[in-house]
Amino acid sequence: MKILVITEQRQGKWHQTSWEALAAAQQIAAETGTTVVGVVIGKGVAPLAGELAAAKLQEVLLVEHDLLEPYTPDGFIAALVQVIAAAKPDLVLFPHTYQVRDFAPKLAASLGKGMIADCVACRNEGGKLVFVRQVFQGKAAVDVTFAGSAPWFASLQAGAFRADKLVAHPSGKAPVNAVSLELKPEQIRTKPLELFREAKQAVDLTQAPVIVAIGRGIKAQENIPQAERLAKALDGELAASRPICDEAWLPMERQIGSSGQTVAPKLYLALGISGAIQHVVGMKGSRTVVAINRDQNAPIFEVADYGIVGDIFEIMPALAEELEKAKAG
Amino acid sequence: MNIIVCVKQVPAKDAPLAMAGNWIRESDISFEMNEPDTFALEEALRLKEKHGGEVVALSLGPERAKQTIKEALAKGADRGIHVADEKSYELDPLASARALAAAIQKEKFDLILTGLQSDDQGFGQTGVLLAGLLGLPHVTIIMQIEAMGDAQDGRLRLKRELEAGWFQWVECPLPALLTIQSGINKVRYATLKGIMAAKKKEIRTVPRESLGVTGEPSQKVERIYVPQKSKKTEFLTGPPKEVAARLVEKLKFEARVI
Repeated sequence: MKILVITEQRQGKWHQTSWEALAAAQQIAAETGTTVVGVVIGKGVAPLAGELAAAKLQEVLLVEHDLLEPYTPDGFIAALVQVIAAAKPDLVLFPHTYQVRDFAPKLAASLGKGMIADCVACRNEGGKLVFVRQVFQGKAAVDVTFAGSAPWFASLQAGAFRADKLVAHPSGKAPVNAVSLELKPEQIRTKPLELFREAKQAVDLTQAPVIVAIGRGIKAQENIPQAERLAKALDGELAASRPICDEAWLPMERQIGSSGQTVAPKLYLALGISGAIQHVVGMKGSRTVVAINRDQNAPIFEVADYGIVGDIFEIMPALAEELEKAKAG
Repeated sequence: MNIIVCVKQVPAKDAPLAMAGNWIRESDISFEMNEPDTFALEEALRLKEKHGGEVVALSLGPERAKQTIKEALAKGADRGIHVADEKSYELDPLASARALAAAIQKEKFDLILTGLQSDDQGFGQTGVLLAGLLGLPHVTIIMQIEAMGDAQDGRLRLKRELEAGWFQWVECPLPALLTIQSGINKVRYATLKGIMAAKKKEIRTVPRESLGVTGEPSQKVERIYVPQKSKKTEFLTGPPKEVAARLVEKLKFEARVI
């Protein structure tokens, strides 16, 4: 079996989850006695391919073309169809990024195949790969297997595998081989324009040692000061799950999750946050997580070290008082 | 601008999940329109208000899914298409997309809108797959839609959301498919007038088997279960003052984070 890992970069910078996908592929390969091939796709990305070659891989495929920068789904799909036809992998693995969500299902479907997306684990059961996905916003998990013949396509959730488990090449570097492609401008139907950020960037949540985050449970904008009081008592920053920012109760730059910031503070206090996948993916690396929610089945408790099932409007003031006492005393 | 909006009926957010075999037991729980789809529907209705045209609500699901289509009609969609399948939960995303594509083969549309993902299965693929099957260009995770020139120009300017607070404008020709990000707009409530008007609007029912959609399943759900926790959560109980004091103690002396 051969595993092809499609890495991701933007303007010469790695999407760090690419390394997680590579490490995962190596683990699967070790368990099933197969090989891993890394793919770098874009334009002017030869240096990145060189970097990738230091990992324990059979080879690195350098997939370059003028029409692959900037990214478009049409361009990437047309290119990868050719790469897959030449490399003949059994499994094609991706990190589950916004970009992968944009093209990978269509890529698989163009080859008549389906994709198992956003997997949180993968195990080998007697030669058959079983992927684990979350359903019902994290409240349940499902074991999924591929039906039908290869190639199979799967994407891995950010943080599900550890990049630091990547095995280095035992004897130097893997060969880097350029793939020749045929792409025509007419194949590309969408026209991407500039990338930009909107948030003022007044606060960098990734640097905050303590984060107090609020979710829908806060119910109204006028309740936010109660959470602010907690943030102050902990010398932390206030943050929120997406719905709060969509309502503009807090600016977008305070959003934690797949669309916002990914943080790993020493303390993360989740107030009235259910723990939907899109949010948890942005904070599950936190060292200590405290979750307060009135629903004992809220998925946030899956990632909490300490949990309180209760009314945040009773707990917040009590907690603030205790913290202020501890700070003063 | 004629728009097809894909809406899915899913178990209500707070519905208790009784797991059985490889899915949940769907009896005795309430259902609702998939929240991400409510944003797609709202966006379609706004585009119709701005540019004229028709909004068609498309849903794949069992008989009860008609309720979700009716909700869409009550909010302002003009007609509905129900692809009926009592066991739609068994379909993988490619099979669902194939059914939806077959059902709208004869429809004339400029745009198809879908939510980003369903809150039950959460595949997040159906929209993109539908675009692929219909040979349409697509753009995902949209936060804003603008017609370039007038709608007859045949191009849209879309604000696409990327990770970590980045965005990108993308130009896309019509017809196209867009997956809509939550929070793009404020979703309207159906008015009483709308609910009454919905009763007269057409819902065309198409049994999924009648579509002659071929293709083997691409994946199989073996079983569903409550996830094993990787972390051991210590639950603190008691009256607020007590629980707060215990938590501060734990954070100070056990976790040592304050």
